[in-house]
Amino acid sequence: MEITVTVNGRTRTRDVEPRLLLVHLLRDELRLTGTHWGCDTSNCGACAVWLDGVPVKSCTVLAVMADGHEIRTVEGLEGPHGLDQIQISFVQCHGLQCGFCTPGMLMTARWLLDRVPDPTDEQIREAISGQTCRCTGYENIVRAIRHAAAAERDAAERGAR
Amino acid sequence: MTLVDPRRDPAAAAPVPNGFGPMLRKEDGRFVRGRGRFVDDIDLPGMLHGAVLRSPYAHARIVSIDTGGALAHPKVRAVITGADLERRGMAWLPTLSHDVAAVLATDKVRYQGQEIAFVVAEDRYSARDALALIDVEYEPLAPVVDARRALDPDAPLVRDEVPGRADNHVFDWEAGDAAATDAAFAAAEHVSTCDLLYPRVHPAPLETCGIVAALDPVTDRLVVHCTTQAPHAHRTLYATLTGIPEHRIRIVAPDIGGGFGNKVALYPGYLCAVYAATITGAPVKWTEDRSENLMSTSFARDYHMHGEIAATKDGRITGLRVRVLADHGAFNGTSQPSKFPAGFFHIFTGSYAIQAAHCRVTGVYTNKAPGGVAYACSFRITEASYLVERMVDVLAFDLGLDPAQVRRKNLLRPEQFPYRCATGWVYDSGDYPRALEQALEMAEYAELRAEQAQRRAEYERTGEGALLGIGLSTFTEAVGAGPKKQMDIGGLGMADAAELSVHPDGTAELRLSCMSQGQGHETTFAQIIAHELGISPYAVNVVQGDTDRTPFGLGTYGSRSTPVSGAAAATAARRVRERAKLVAAAMLEISPADLEWEAGRWQVRGDPAAGASLAEIARAAHGSLELPDDLEGQLSGRCVYNPPNLTFPFGAYVCVVEVDPGTGQVRVRRFVAVDDCGVRINPTVVEGQIHGGLADGIGMALMEVLAFDTDGNHLGASFMDYLLPTALECPSWELGQTVTPSPHHPLGAKGIGESATVGSPAAVVNAVLDAIGVRHADMPLTPAQVWSAMRGRPLRTDLAVR
Repeated sequence: MEITVTVNGRTRTRDVEPRLLLVHLLRDELRLTGTHWGCDTSNCGACAVWLDGVPVKSCTVLAVMADGHEIRTVEGLEGPHGLDQIQISFVQCHGLQCGFCTPGMLMTARWLLDRVPDPTDEQIREAISGQTCRCTGYENIVRAIRHAAAAERDAAERGAR
Repeated sequence: MTLVDPRRDPAAAAPVPNGFGPMLRKEDGRFVRGRGRFVDDIDLPGMLHGAVLRSPYAHARIVSIDTGGALAHPKVRAVITGADLERRGMAWLPTLSHDVAAVLATDKVRYQGQEIAFVVAEDRYSARDALALIDVEYEPLAPVVDARRALDPDAPLVRDEVPGRADNHVFDWEAGDAAATDAAFAAAEHVSTCDLLYPRVHPAPLETCGIVAALDPVTDRLVVHCTTQAPHAHRTLYATLTGIPEHRIRIVAPDIGGGFGNKVALYPGYLCAVYAATITGAPVKWTEDRSENLMSTSFARDYHMHGEIAATKDGRITGLRVRVLADHGAFNGTSQPSKFPAGFFHIFTGSYAIQAAHCRVTGVYTNKAPGGVAYACSFRITEASYLVERMVDVLAFDLGLDPAQVRRKNLLRPEQFPYRCATGWVYDSGDYPRALEQALEMAEYAELRAEQAQRRAEYERTGEGALLGIGLSTFTEAVGAGPKKQMDIGGLGMADAAELSVHPDGTAELRLSCMSQGQGHETTFAQIIAHELGISPYAVNVVQGDTDRTPFGLGTYGSRSTPVSGAAAATAARRVRERAKLVAAAMLEISPADLEWEAGRWQVRGDPAAGASLAEIARAAHGSLELPDDLEGQLSGRCVYNPPNLTFPFGAYVCVVEVDPGTGQVRVRRFVAVDDCGVRINPTVVEGQIHGGLADGIGMALMEVLAFDTDGNHLGASFMDYLLPTALECPSWELGQTVTPSPHHPLGAKGIGESATVGSPAAVVNAVLDAIGVRHADMPLTPAQVWSAMRGRPLRTDLAVR
């Protein structure tokens, strides 16, 4: 069936099987391979993307469920003036090693900071608790999210002055 | 110098040392943009997709396979069975452990999830659909599930295809002096014994294993993109298995989403994809799903150990003896040095001065997947470390001593290095007491013990409140295999090579035989060259993972990249530096003896203004400058590094847990880790490696297990069943360090990739058991296990609870 999805601001129309998973629409049909697939069961979160502004595990969302909706993926984080602060902070805090969980982590972290500009460590850990990282032991991911929050608060204060 | 925009390249915009020190990673820019290139991201024109039909039974004879239904599927292009492979002599592949393993089952299936057929279709979903159209008739057989029953006279025979085989015995192997150890035990004031299980676990990298195999019709070469930690070793194996000579095979490992040993072995799905590419003439992709990864690829551990420790009444250890039953699954398919059937388990005396030690390991076949050496295990040192660290605590428990005191009394002293242990390893360097004291101080050990006593008293008075436990682990690792005389994999000596070329403009390319799976080689190896040549790490391009572009070597596992390839890179750079000296001498018309090296340039001794920078020398070396007859032009160097010994990193860990006695729930409150891996090339990267390993320890100690029911059904075949630690189970790690350089490594560095995975499980288990006052219970210490252990009935965690 034909679906139209807005992905990172761009409208895309495709004829897909009703059973096609959103993760496969993104990766195989639209060739946005930054969204990774890791488990099939919504446990690992490597496939996390935004559906109408809310993180979802795209391995358990059908592509047809995204018909008429907006998707944002890791490829949509970088803006015309450079990387998003959360991307910068992950680099600055060694918040990634193999890079496979990173896109999903970034999408969840960005969502958290948009709602909670000054999260506690507990809030950060809970926010990413639906996502698995096998490399970092989470320490530097938590640090990176805290770092991004501080940088954005600083920037906001400078902007307010 | 071009200006770096920190919003576009934050790593390059940050301070960059010309050598060792904290530095942001060069590889991160592509990953945070989602522009890493993993195997499943590859899409070649006309590419087909493979899917594997797997056995639902743990043990069953295959009566018939009917592929007609699948072949009739309009999008299916081929269906491959064991019979097809058999005609090409490819149905069985030799393992790296003197055995063979089925590629696609022909006679019977030997574990649940074993490969039976391979479907090739035009898309991913159709390939999967067609699996359901293959009709296999099975005759179920009784499985061997419990390793402890595998050698029973009436045990079903797993490997009855081998003529004359009458049992499930794989090997017996021993190390140490049995007679001396027996004598030490006979004379001992005290002996403690304990049965310990290190359960079957799985490395479960977040990216599963996969391949894209293609035959290039123009060059007639096989091009394989694959998740491999050892591209060159894989090329040799493919050549052996397919008959295609090595020069017509190119293996490319692109970005790898974690390996942890899972991506060392060559799996049936890979070979099927290669075979499918040859018969269809199209590129074939196969990416396993998570269940396939957990059920069929290299597991880890599965050691059933009986430990005995002899000591004086005041806790001085005089002997250590261990008998191991090793569950190797249906095929002996461990990827480890071929002369070591139990890996490096015989380093089980750990960090202690134990005069007499002996181990005997018996391997058995069961109806489970093959593998055994994976999950950052340093070739079974994880099992060895767990054994000795647990036995020391059991000894302390039995003698009523403080586990820290028992360790203090027995740790090797710095003046004993180099130290030859009872089983023959020669430890290169260490200061174990210093690491322990630092860890205890960071943890505030005395205060913790006081709090523990207070909480226990409170609990005993009121029946309420969490119990506190403190667990120690003072481990020794041995990483960086070879030497190649003793250590080979599949006949390939464990040496690694590095090639360094300096371009005419003074920037450089380093080509390596090892392959990162997240360790950050593009950064740390550039730092090694920067350190040796006095240039920026950003002036060094690191090439790895492509057999067409890199020198031969054994790859990255067993924490061997820095000890072996790192030494090769440093040595190659030093050779370049020496050649640069001769070129500089010709440039400056001076004797090389009058030159001295100073941060990126050769200059005249006593006249530092007269000299030439590496860039100037490189330009001259490529130019028309007349060089001495025996000096080649250009500026390059290479090294094949055959390590003289392993490196022996070590550490002291303190884990603090709280246990809810009502539910058995464990919360890890703190984890203090003092590691010593010699000289740290990039301390930030080293800390990251440690963080990851500590999380592994929490996972294995508390959550992860591949258990089986009596029918051999795999009970951990998804992430809903095989539990991995999340950010909620992990505390914020508290790291400390000591630095004891390796005396034989050119940089003084030791491997660090697996230290924390090796050292941490024992600390967590020791902490939990310390909290509940139980002598021993096996991992994983789930709430059910802790609750049962507190009631004196610890569970057998590798079997289904009945």
